[in-house]
This record gives sequence, C-alpha cells and structure tokens, in this order.
Amino acid sequence: MLGRTLREVSAALKQGQITPTELCQKCLSLIKKTKFLNAYITVSEEVALKQAEESEKRYKKGRSLGDLDGIPIAVKDNFSTSGIETTCASNMLKGYVPPYNATVVQKLLDQGALLMGKTNLDEFAMGSGSTDGIFGPVKNPWSFSEQYRKKRKQKSHGEKEDSDWLITGGSSGGSAAAVSAFTCFTALGSDTGGSTRNPAAHCGVVGLKPSYGLVSRHGLIPLVNSMDVPGILTRCVDDAAIVLGILAGHDPKDSTTVQDPVKPFVLPSLTDVSKLCVGIPKEYLAPELSSEVRSLWSKAANLFESEGAKVIEVSLPHTSFSIVCYHVLCTSEVASNMARFDGLEYGHRCDVGVSTEAMYAATRREGFNDVLL
Amino acid sequence: MAAPVLRWLCPGRCWAFARIGGCSCHGRGVPTASTSSGKRGQSSVARQSLITAQEPRKGDREWAAVVGLEIHAQISSNSKLFSGSQVHFAAPPNSLVSFFDASLPGTLPVLNRRCVEAAVMTGLALDCRINKKSLFDRKHYFYADLPAGYQITQQRLPIAVDGSLAYSVCVGKKLGQAVTRTVRVRQIQLEQDSGKSLHDDLRSQTLVDLNRAGVGLLEVVLEPDMSCGEEAAAAVRELQLILQALGTSRAIMAEGQLRVDANISVHHPGEPLGVRTEVKNLNSARFLARAIDYEIQRQISELENGGEILNETRSFDYKLGCTVPMRDKEGKQDYRFMPEPNLPPLLLYDSASLPAGADPQQVINIDRIREQLPELPSVTREKLVRRYGMLPEHSFALLNEVGLLEFFQNVMKETRAEPKKVASWVLNTFLGFLKQQNLAVSESPVTPSALAELLNLVERKAISSSAAKQVMDLKKGNPRAINKLIGLVRKATLGRADPTAIKEVLERQLSG
Repeated sequence: MLGRTLREVSAALKQGQITPTELCQKCLSLIKKTKFLNAYITVSEEVALKQAEESEKRYKKGRSLGDLDGIPIAVKDNFSTSGIETTCASNMLKGYVPPYNATVVQKLLDQGALLMGKTNLDEFAMGSGSTDGIFGPVKNPWSFSEQYRKKRKQKSHGEKEDSDWLITGGSSGGSAAAVSAFTCFTALGSDTGGSTRNPAAHCGVVGLKPSYGLVSRHGLIPLVNSMDVPGILTRCVDDAAIVLGILAGHDPKDSTTVQDPVKPFVLPSLTDVSKLCVGIPKEYLAPELSSEVRSLWSKAANLFESEGAKVIEVSLPHTSFSIVCYHVLCTSEVASNMARFDGLEYGHRCDVGVSTEAMYAATRREGFNDVLL
Repeated sequence: MAAPVLRWLCPGRCWAFARIGGCSCHGRGVPTASTSSGKRGQSSVARQSLITAQEPRKGDREWAAVVGLEIHAQISSNSKLFSGSQVHFAAPPNSLVSFFDASLPGTLPVLNRRCVEAAVMTGLALDCRINKKSLFDRKHYFYADLPAGYQITQQRLPIAVDGSLAYSVCVGKKLGQAVTRTVRVRQIQLEQDSGKSLHDDLRSQTLVDLNRAGVGLLEVVLEPDMSCGEEAAAAVRELQLILQALGTSRAIMAEGQLRVDANISVHHPGEPLGVRTEVKNLNSARFLARAIDYEIQRQISELENGGEILNETRSFDYKLGCTVPMRDKEGKQDYRFMPEPNLPPLLLYDSASLPAGADPQQVINIDRIREQLPELPSVTREKLVRRYGMLPEHSFALLNEVGLLEFFQNVMKETRAEPKKVASWVLNTFLGFLKQQNLAVSESPVTPSALAELLNLVERKAISSSAAKQVMDLKKGNPRAINKLIGLVRKATLGRADPTAIKEVLERQLSG
C-alpha cells in the first residue's frame, strides 16, 4: 500500500480499502523503522493522528476534500509550520516554533493531508548533499538496497557497514529520502539552484521545480529570494502534477507570485509523441559530464526519437555565465537574509550580555555553521 | 572662547551682523555643487554674488554656510508600509507588531496602496516628476530596533524627483519684509521606519519597542540651497503645512511624525564647498534653527582656529544647546545596498498609459490623484490676500495655527467688519488671549459668532474697540466685575452706550 501512487491510495481511501488512520500508522511505523536514514528532524505523530481522525470522519460522511485527503506528506524543515518546531537544521533556529503556516503548507493541510513530520536538510538549505545540517547527514535509502550492498561487499571487506552509505544529494535530501523510502506519498522541498531536483535524482524519485512566481514563497524561510521556489517530490510524474495543481496560484502575501489565475490542468496521457518537439541544449554537453550520465541522456533522447518525436539541438548561449551569476546573487542575498538572525526576537541567543554588538557576534557565531559563516 | 560673532551671509532678520549690515540675500545665487555624501572638499565652486555694506577688515574673511535637509515624515495611514499592523501613537509597547514587522523568517512585504498614494500626492504638491517606475532596495545595518537587519527603502530609483519647495523668510528688521525662497527637492522616497530603542543605563540594557517598526515614511531630500537655521526652519515649516493640508502626514514633530537631519558645511564665498557634517534627529521645531546655527558657528570657529571639520554625524544636545558627535556612527558606513527581491518594480500610470480593463483597485492613476489634490497652503494664502486685501504676513500667520483660518472665516461670515480689522483682531487680541491661556483654537471659550458679534458692536460704534478688548481680557475674570465693566464701557463710550445692551453683550461674552 505504501508503495502506491497518490492517485491509487486516494482511490483506496475513497473505496474504504484502508482508513486514513491505518495509513497514518503504517507510515509512522515505517518512519521509526527507517530512523537510521535520518530523513526526519521532527516526527509530528500526534498531529498526524489527529488529522487522520478528522479525515476519517470526512470519508465516513462521503465528504472527502479531494485527492490529498488523508494522504501522509512530509515537509522540509525550512517551511514555517504553526506550532511545530522549524529549525532549518541550524542551531540558530533550534527550538523556534513558528506562529503561522507557510502558504503551501496551509494549502496541503486545507486539502486534508496528514503531516508526518519535518524533514532534514543542509543548514538553511545551503548545500547540495544534505550533509551540513546540525542533525547530521541524511542517508540515501538506496544505500541499503540489495543491489548496492552486494556491490559494496565485493569491493571492501571488514569495513564497518555503518559508515558505508550514499548521500541523498541536497539540500532537500530528507524530503527525497522520505518519499523514496515510502514513508510518505509526497514531500515539499525547496529549490534554489537544484535543491529539489538534485536529491530527486540521487534518490530515484520525481523532483519538480515549478517556475518562479507560480507557487507562493510565503513561509518558506528564504535562501535567495529571487530564485527560491517550493519544490515537489513524488514517486511519479502524475502525482507531482496533482500536488502542483493544489499549490500553484497567486498569493496576496507573496508579491512575486503571478497575478493571472492558474487554470486547472490534467496531464494528458502521452501515448503519441509524434507531435512533440524536444530540444537538447548543446551547451549542456560539457566536457565535465560523466560518461554514465551522458549515455543515459542519449538513451532518453533516442527513446523519444524512435517513438516519432522531433529531437533537435537548441542553444542556451548564456549557460556558461549562469554559475557565476548564481554565486554573486546567492552570496549577496544569503548574507542579506541571514542579517535578521541576531538572537533578539526569536531563535538562539547567546549568554553574552556585554553589548548589543558582542551579543550579535556571539549569537551568530554559535548559531551558524561554517558554510554560512 | 569669546562669544563668536556670526559672520556669515544669512538673510535672517534675527541675527546681528558684525560687519555685513542688512540683508545680503538679494541676488544670491543657488550653489551649484550639491554636498553629496561623504566627500571631503567639493571640487565645484559655489556661485554667490555678495553685497557687503562695509569694507572687510584685513585678515577677516566672510563665511557662507550651506544647509541641506533630509526630512522624514510618517505617512498618515491605517496600516504600515509593508504589513497589516496598525499605526497608532503611544500604544502599549510591542502591541502593534505583525510577524513581518518582527522579521519572523519566511514573512514577506506587501506594499500598502495608501502609502504610495501619499507619496504621489506629496510629489505632485512639490512639483516633482513622478517616476512611473520606481524600485525598492535593502539598506543593511545591524541595530536592535531594525529586526530584519535591513531597512527597505528606495535608493536607486525613488518615486518622485526634481521638485521645489517655496518658503518665506523675513529679511531685515522690520516685520513684513518677507521674501520667498525656493529650495530644490532632490527626491521623495518611500521607506520603512525603525522601531524605538530606550536605553536603560541603570540596568545596562536597551528596551526595544517595535510598534514603530515598518511604519511608512516619506523621505524628502532638500538640496543644500539653504544657508542658515532660519531658512531651514522656514522650509520645514512650509513642508509641514503642505503635508498637513494634503493629509499625507500629520507631521507633528513632538510625536515623532516629522524628523529632520541636516547636512551642514561652511566655506569662503568663491571657494569650493567645505566638508559637511550631518546633524541627526532634529525633532523639535524650536531647536531646529538653533541647532543648525550652532553647528555653523562651531564649524566656523573650528576652522578659524586652524582646526578641521570631520565628515561625521552629530546630534543636538537640547540641554547643553550644542551638537555632539554620535558615538555609534563614527566612520563611513557601508550599507550594502541591494535590490529588494520580494517586491517587483512599482508601476504607476497616468490616464494615457492606463491599461484597458485594469482593475482600479490594483492600479494608481497619477492624473486622478492630481485632479483630487487638496488646496495647498500657498494657494490658500494667495486667495486670502486677493479676496480680503490681507497683508501677506497675516495670511501666513492665519495658516500657522491649527483651526485659526477656519475661525477667521467663520467670523467673516457673521460680520460686516472690514477683513483687515477682523484679521488684526483674530491675530492679535484673540490669538494673544489663547496663548495666554495656553489654549488651542479648538478649546477656545470664545466662539466665532461671539467675536463676530463683538466686532459688529464695535462697527456700529456701540462700544469702542478698547472696551471690546477689555471684554476679552476679562473673560477669565470675576463675573461680579461685570458691573465695574459696565461702568468702564459707559465711560469709554462717553455715556452713549445703553447699559442694558452693554450688560447683555458682556454677559453673553463672559458666559459664552
């Protein structure tokens, strides 16, 4: 049941094959069993069970809220969740309990989703391995697959099994691992420079970065305001489309969201690709590209072509400048966004009481990790 | 140090000049160089034509002072610039703070429409060019009353630029010799106010109240076209009246709704501009001119004694009556300006460029705002002079006191007395009476009708004007003195006035 798609489980709930509470308990027990993955920072067991109870009542009355009613979800720990600790995997916000929900979180809760917990990440989403948070790294579920274990056993003997694991990629590693390990059906990540897509690739799940402005950032603790987007992690594309349909739309609390109303959409079942034109950016064929990735890429392109789609070369001429621009913008905006963490209004405050400047300096030195400093 | 003699060119009538007699303001040109931030010794030369009454003594050179102002006016609006929390004066500490104001992570700014309208109105009133596209920026510095560690302001492209403010100063020693000066308005920008810090030295702590954090401010930047404290004070006063007439700010300095920072430098005429200092947070109308003049004087003395002026920030110590360096602001600060990524460019329209079918709630039309601008003080004064043949200085005085103009107009409605006489009565006797009793016009026990009636009596020569004045004087006195008063009035009118009529009038006046 836990390995099914969102749509399948939703149908099962509607048909009464399983109740939200049963589903919730299955996920909670799997979370406990997979604790060694370190995917979750906070498991909101009581909250989830209560939400399951409410969902069950609705299903009994035949008044489910929609596709997401009673579905276990997880949320990356840089989204504000009312009443539930939100740490961003940093000492700076350890113990910080927000008084409001991020818009995307609220939208999911309004659809009846069950919040399993807050997932692990790189501190403040700065990283691409999910290794730099204060709660330790997230382990890729695939590290414990039979396939991988066999391969490792052949190569190294006597090595501690404990230390032999693969990273999830990041920074939304916890969310990706949570979805990949079947502990939830979808999870929210965030994507600034690949932080949803990267761990999705590493963990073998679908990671969608919506276009900037499509989904509200209100409540997403920002890294780079002009690039951050809430990301969606699921086990199949169809599920991602369902979640996007719920999350997309203008939010008056976020002035950078697009004003035009979002038309509801349904993914067409694509059996005929003959009318599809696929572009391959030539600049992406970088010399640093690994041969394994390159061959997989060709394989995908060939697949489309053999089925009748048009596959052409396109040019994105500014590609080589993108990383430089990213670094300039990223470092300035991050420095700016971190300026508010001074220990005065919320979060960690050091014991230094000599002067405001000294307090700021000590608080920030204690609160931030090396990457941020 | 011997009491320094003020030897700079200032048209103010209140200053005694050592050598330069009378007013040297006529024909004074506007300095061409603006004392822009932090540069020591300007390269361009200020053009000024001098009129000196006497031969300058050998070794004794004149000084010219240059004053620019940055005025912060709190916008009169229900909620703050970027959040929905309310704006109130003197509310319990930290009771008007939204999540955004407290800089809770994940919160975002949402622009307040009313604040934009206030900025456009003010820009139009000051003859500015309204920028149809303006941008928001972050100005970073660490301080306890700035929760986010940055202030959202408009540094690159503000909402209004290139305007002018006309104000009036008295020249010469005689009352009534007023000239109009103008100061260029460099720009008007929207920005956030900070919270308030209360320093408790006793317990070595600072208490922070964030009620004010995020309140909308209009920063009006005036070019250094002024040359002394009086001119600066007059310009500020006029701006205050304009803001109040527009309703865009209540601009009450005592409540912190209008705060002034002055940029001051001195130089010898014909030479480049000197190093400027910034005198911050001049929050009192009374001390504004004094503080600026003190700083000018200080700079002159310093330079004449062979010292140099540091490009520093100072504040005015009201008790000591002098400017002192501000401890926290030593050295040049790097504000690391950066575009505010959470706010798209602010786009304004006029009737020509308004997109078809645009939701009126979502767009601002500059032309509409211009059409609906309230009457400006200068226009009101002009009308008074034209309609009533009033002396210009009377028109100024009438607008200078809250409610006084309305009072005057109400008296005018009920009397046939000459406007000049009415004005004189209102401004001298009535206003004097109020000041003595420390009352505002709204608290006056004398109503416009009552005054009108009194004036009518004087007009009909039923009572003499001096008697009427005594009525006013005795408003505060003993009702039993009425008999004495009747006697006096009879005497004043040489027995012509009817005692009953007198008593009636007096009783009404004294009870009313």
